[in-house]
Amino acid sequence: MDIQHVYTKKRSEFGRQVIFTDRAVESIADIPPNPDLSREYISRNPVELAIQNVREFSEHWVNTVRFETENRGINHVEGGWPKDINPLEPDQTSRFRKKTEKEDGFTRSMLSLGNLVEHTIKQNNIVDIYENYFQNLEPDVVEEAPYAKTVNIYRDPHKTRRAANHISWYADGARKLAVSYCNLEFQSGTNDSFIDSYIWDTENPTKPDLHLKPISPLVCIEFNPKDTHQLVGGCYNGQVCIFDTRKGSTAVEQSLIENSHRDPAYKTVWLQSKSGTEFFSASTDGKILWWDTKKLSEPVETLILDIEKKGRLENALGAMSLEYESTIPTKFMVGTEQGRIISCNRKGKNDAEKIGNVFPGHWGPVYALQRHPNFLKNFLSVGDWTVRIWSEEMRDDCIMWTKPSVHALTDGQWSPTRSSIFFTTKMDGTLDVWDILFKQNEPTLSIQVVDEPLHCLRVEEPHGRLVACGSQNGTVTLVELSDNLCVQGKSEKALVNGMFDRETRRAKILEARGRARRDARGKSAHGEKTEKATTDGATLESELKEADPIEKAEKDFWKIVDEEKRKRDRKAALAGEKAAAEAGETTQAEEAAPATAETTE
Amino acid sequence: MTSQNEVDDMIKRIQASKGVQGLIIIDSDGIPIRTSMDNDTTLHYAALISQLTIHAKRVVRELDSSQELEQLRLRSHKHEIIVAPESKYIMIVVQVPEAL
Repeated sequence: MDIQHVYTKKRSEFGRQVIFTDRAVESIADIPPNPDLSREYISRNPVELAIQNVREFSEHWVNTVRFETENRGINHVEGGWPKDINPLEPDQTSRFRKKTEKEDGFTRSMLSLGNLVEHTIKQNNIVDIYENYFQNLEPDVVEEAPYAKTVNIYRDPHKTRRAANHISWYADGARKLAVSYCNLEFQSGTNDSFIDSYIWDTENPTKPDLHLKPISPLVCIEFNPKDTHQLVGGCYNGQVCIFDTRKGSTAVEQSLIENSHRDPAYKTVWLQSKSGTEFFSASTDGKILWWDTKKLSEPVETLILDIEKKGRLENALGAMSLEYESTIPTKFMVGTEQGRIISCNRKGKNDAEKIGNVFPGHWGPVYALQRHPNFLKNFLSVGDWTVRIWSEEMRDDCIMWTKPSVHALTDGQWSPTRSSIFFTTKMDGTLDVWDILFKQNEPTLSIQVVDEPLHCLRVEEPHGRLVACGSQNGTVTLVELSDNLCVQGKSEKALVNGMFDRETRRAKILEARGRARRDARGKSAHGEKTEKATTDGATLESELKEADPIEKAEKDFWKIVDEEKRKRDRKAALAGEKAAAEAGETTQAEEAAPATAETTE
Repeated sequence: MTSQNEVDDMIKRIQASKGVQGLIIIDSDGIPIRTSMDNDTTLHYAALISQLTIHAKRVVRELDSSQELEQLRLRSHKHEIIVAPESKYIMIVVQVPEAL
């Protein structure tokens, strides 16, 4: 049967009305069934089928309309006394008491109650009836589906629509959230847009705990991990400012605008220092500035992100995200607007020494960058439509990455408690929980938090159970995760470590092979060099060469199937011979069978 | 009078038992009749416990109308409050169990 049909038509006939005619039915293809193919199949007997007749249930979560609460106090005074007795007069009250004691029922009831109570007291003194016997046992890991539910929603009480673009948890427990609001859309700012940012108390979603009033909208805000009353904020106009919650709503200190950034200060991160007053900020104008809160008039140090190490501001890459781990105080990483990730060292004497490796990164701005809390050599970066996990040893490529998603990713963070979990937020308002030990091609749990894009996310630090996400409308949602997403299993750390090692080795092998091929192509004269390179690659590869389990499984499968077929054919052949000999006996056997069946019953 | 002495004896015995921090006897209006604690604490306990007892009595009654509340024990981290209600009086004992 031909798949194509060619016909010609005159140009003058184009666009003419189509005239349809009937045609006799024509059989174009007829594929009869092939009974020989049925011999490739073995009929299965018995067939197991599970059926259950249960009423269908569906579970649905609903959030009620929020109601406003206020706290008020009431003052209690003594009461309950009958009208004629003044409670403040001691002899009146004592007279009343004595009168009550002399009543009839008093003695009787007192004695009975007393006996009862004495019994209980003695019992308490002997045995602790509230003892928890199994307190020391570890709870069994129950394999249930992970879930997450919204605990609270904090809506911007002001009418103007601003995106919540950075969240910081209070450093001391999960009681407060600082959220910075800023309308980052290009050239959309109207002059009367509200520029306050808020500190929310997690228990009170109706009203923010504190309004922070900067001079220009805050793009980023961070609580000081050492002094929990201090916050640093990066402003839209490039300045950085310090707030103190004890001193009111306006900024306590503000950097001089001449010495600050020329673009919004997208990220400010506190540094690990003895005084706890140092922080650094990054901005898309290509500079990283180090500040000391005691003197915000000018930065302590400046770094220009020119990867060619020539210190030219025109060539500098704009910085979008910073990564700083307080256990490695001198190194930090910058994610740029151009997609590259630069690893830097603060201790260099000049700019050229400060800039270290440059990783290729993403196809768009790197919105989030974070080292793994347990494996400091690996870090994740979020940008364009993927999340990439890198190892510091591999400079040219990431070791693991997610499938590009339909929506752009805006923020990402590792879970502080479980080594294999990280969270991401997307432009369609979903919060994804990825578990790389469980499923690598799609998120383990994907929750639609809001309908508009989510811009930032922050996991609550010590427990990793609460996640706060900020959306484009200024709504911050607090999501609580189920136990199996927060509590780490026993071997999880080792497994994740193994996975990172494997992937790093794989990347190294690929790189070695690529290099070997390039060498072989270009310089065939230098035979020794290529051989050495290939042997290196071969040794690495041989390490990974375990017996391929898939091939083995396939071979086993076909062996079993062939054996079954042979057995069946043999049986059929035997049955054929017997049938001819026992043709007469079969009818007798059939009659005997129902009779025996009746007797056995 | 002997019955009065008996009551006094019993109250003294309870107060002397191991771990007992205080004893309050209140009547159905919540007025403390006998107490071994200071006035403020007594009033506090009397007001809160009398309300709780009313609710607890209702719970037991509604679940099974033949039953009546006999005893109510509130265990907290630091101590246990034992409440024994009757139709007209309620006896409250605060104890720190020595068995711990």
